[in-house]
Amino acid sequence: MTSGQLGVSRQLAGTQRAARITPAAWVYIGLVVVAAAVLVARTPVLGRTHAGNPWRDLVVLQTLFLICDSAGGPLTFRQTRWSPSWAATLAAVVLLGPAAAAFVGAMSLLSVRREPRLGERLFNGAMHALSGLAAGSAYLAINHSVGVPHYHYISRTLLAFAAAAVVHVAANHGMIWVINRLNGASALARADAGESSLVLLLASDLGYASLGLVIASLWMIMDWFAAVIVLVPLFVARWAIAQFAEEQRAYTATMNALCQAVETKDYYTRGHGDRVSRGSIMIARKIGMSSARTEAIRFAGMLHDVGKLGVPTQVLQKTGPLTEDEFAAIQLHPMRGLEIVREIGFLFEALNGIMHHHERIDGRGYPMGLAGHEIPEFARVIAVADAFDSMTSTRSYREAKSIDQGVAELRRGAGTQFDPVIVEAFIAAVAQQGWELPGPTTAPSDLAMVTVQDHDDPTAPLQVVIP
Amino acid sequence: MTSVMARRPEPDRLAYWQAVDSGRLLLMAAAAMLVTASFASTAVILNSRSKPVIDWHTALAFGGLVAFGELLRLALPGGREAAPIAMVGAMSYALLLLPVLGGPARPQLPAVLVVAVCAVGMMVGAMPHIAAGRPAGVTGMCTRLVAVAGVAFIFRSVLSGFVLTKPWQLQAAVMAVLIFFGWLIDTVVAALIRADDVGARFAVALVDEIRLQWQLGLAVGASVIITVFSVKAMGLPVLIAFIGPLLVTQVAFRRYAGIRATYLQTVRSLARVTEVAGYVEAGHSRRVSRLAVAIGRGLGMAEPELLALEYGALMHDIGQLSLRDPIPGGATVLVSPADQERIAELGADVIGQAGVLDEVAQLVRCQAWPARGHDPAPPLGSKIIRAANAFDDMVGSSTDRDRSIAAIDRMRLDPVRYDVDVVTVLSEVASRRVASRL
Repeated sequence: MTSGQLGVSRQLAGTQRAARITPAAWVYIGLVVVAAAVLVARTPVLGRTHAGNPWRDLVVLQTLFLICDSAGGPLTFRQTRWSPSWAATLAAVVLLGPAAAAFVGAMSLLSVRREPRLGERLFNGAMHALSGLAAGSAYLAINHSVGVPHYHYISRTLLAFAAAAVVHVAANHGMIWVINRLNGASALARADAGESSLVLLLASDLGYASLGLVIASLWMIMDWFAAVIVLVPLFVARWAIAQFAEEQRAYTATMNALCQAVETKDYYTRGHGDRVSRGSIMIARKIGMSSARTEAIRFAGMLHDVGKLGVPTQVLQKTGPLTEDEFAAIQLHPMRGLEIVREIGFLFEALNGIMHHHERIDGRGYPMGLAGHEIPEFARVIAVADAFDSMTSTRSYREAKSIDQGVAELRRGAGTQFDPVIVEAFIAAVAQQGWELPGPTTAPSDLAMVTVQDHDDPTAPLQVVIP
Repeated sequence: MTSVMARRPEPDRLAYWQAVDSGRLLLMAAAAMLVTASFASTAVILNSRSKPVIDWHTALAFGGLVAFGELLRLALPGGREAAPIAMVGAMSYALLLLPVLGGPARPQLPAVLVVAVCAVGMMVGAMPHIAAGRPAGVTGMCTRLVAVAGVAFIFRSVLSGFVLTKPWQLQAAVMAVLIFFGWLIDTVVAALIRADDVGARFAVALVDEIRLQWQLGLAVGASVIITVFSVKAMGLPVLIAFIGPLLVTQVAFRRYAGIRATYLQTVRSLARVTEVAGYVEAGHSRRVSRLAVAIGRGLGMAEPELLALEYGALMHDIGQLSLRDPIPGGATVLVSPADQERIAELGADVIGQAGVLDEVAQLVRCQAWPARGHDPAPPLGSKIIRAANAFDDMVGSSTDRDRSIAAIDRMRLDPVRYDVDVVTVLSEVASRRVASRL
């Protein structure tokens, strides 16, 4: 996705949800298109340029824009975005003037992308045209002339260019913001582009913007070849971003597979890690965690029970009450989990979350017996999602509870076992987005292992023999 | 990449290893000589009676860019380090077309000055790393300096006067050739050092290096040409505008390298679940993977193959998680062939679930196949994992020489199960390992 465009298909909890265009948004798109058409028509196309062959230059820059825009594709992810296409617009701002910049931006209409949708195309084309026009006007107002920048006026040109870049970013993001509002982009989509990443986003946009000036100054010597040579580092950057995305996909898939392997030890807890992970993300978004922390809690949720592997199978499968030693073995599992994942380059917080996910607000949990806000936030989040999934899953000793029953149990435990704020955030998130219950369980075959007591289940505490 | 277990050589091979080890010393000595010579000649030039005109603004701008680039070094996969921005700064300075707009009309820029400015920039940029307790990265800096010096001496003393009046196409072509030459120096030296460090063959190390560096090299090369010509057109201020895109490229690479490192750490950590669960002895998967990678390297495997081998070796026992009861001592070498194949199959299924590690799954699946007489033949990686696993099952963390020799002799007697070449390299690696613990 290039610098702020509509057509956002964000990755939300593993499902692609494309933005739908509401009637209000259609009206807005119409307005933007009309405004772009009228304003561009009133500006002479190449009125003030001194370029030798302005029409050819325009076509070259349009092509550059189109290549960058089309190659951008679906590569939008946290903080790093492939958004160099508008460097072409800004080069046009410097070399050819406002109207030409608008024509370059309008090429977004023709962009070759995976999901060409008319509304998006119209909006993107008009939006980029308007942004280009605005940036061009700002540049012209300060620099008084367009064309290959002259060394003697370099400071004025730099100032004008900076103004143009800021105007472009502001116009672009402003129009995107409005359409997202009108489209009723879910709170999630907005939280996804959280405050902290917005700064980085703008910084990377401005980073690419400065390339426009480089293209313009190279133009004096290399002519159209300037547009070609700047593509080289850009495409290398794109390659690296694509590799990153691919590695990340592979990483998540491998992680899932390994977590599943861990869960094969126990028939009933299959998919538990995955669901707890999703629940934790829902809470994290609801309470406004930054995207980096949300990413960390995804893994923490997935791996929170990995230490259970260190608990002897006969303890996990024991039917009667546990001896104190056996109970101690179960209480040790968060520490075992920590031992396994400690060397992964996670955020420290994720490790805390895994280690303390069985602490209770009233201080009667394990392994450390922390209370209240001594318990790390990650652990308080995971605890809620963990208990809820346990209650709404089938166990060998009981049927699954319904979502309403689970919610009621969470409310009952709020303040003693759970952090009330987190509980309310989770309940609100479940009310909004629903909760995916584990699939129907058929009776396990003889081979599968069965946990007879679930340490996660707050409604059926582990039975311990008191000597 | 995993560090190879044994760096310290066997006594009888000491001379050879010492000779290779001096490669790094040689590089540092060459760089030190370059720096000294360039400082000295710069001093001589500055004090000469002809009073040469030096464009100090330009020197400061590019020296600053080099320092900035050294500050923002980039970790690449496999524990490599690059400093693309520093390289862009240094190469652009070496290839600068004079005079720079706004500077003196007829400045002199001898190659020694280029080397001296870059050396100072690198040292300044390395200071914060040292202050923060990170490695100074002397080898990397020396490599870069040697590459830049090579380009600077050719261009500044021979070509710069010749190309100055030529059309830009010719200038750019000459620069492209020289940048490629500089990149080649950088890559070959890096491969030599790496082959020395990890005990790989030079040809393999060179191919690995080229495969990992060509994209970044391309970006650096294009950036150098862009920098030289935009400075010619607009003067030094344009450098500010060009730092932005360079940074974006660097961020993209950093994220890529970062996720690769996390990926490896995760697999390494999660592979230990079999140990925590009591299926295998503590440290087993890590030892097997190190041994397997060392054998693979000895057999001339390239880095992508080695990575798959490492993953496969780390996860070779993951199939045991599906077993109801742990095998006594976790030693798969002691269970029946049919059970071994079943465990391997279960493990391959687990890994295959990921959908992205099919090659690794295949290695794990075939590890129970005999090396000879099985149709189809198992891949080399599987044979390596099988041998490394058997060795570790028999020897464990012990460094007892007799035990290790006995284990290898036992494997030698069974050429159907254990590949002969693999066992030969295994015995070399194992004897190096024993030597290193003496």
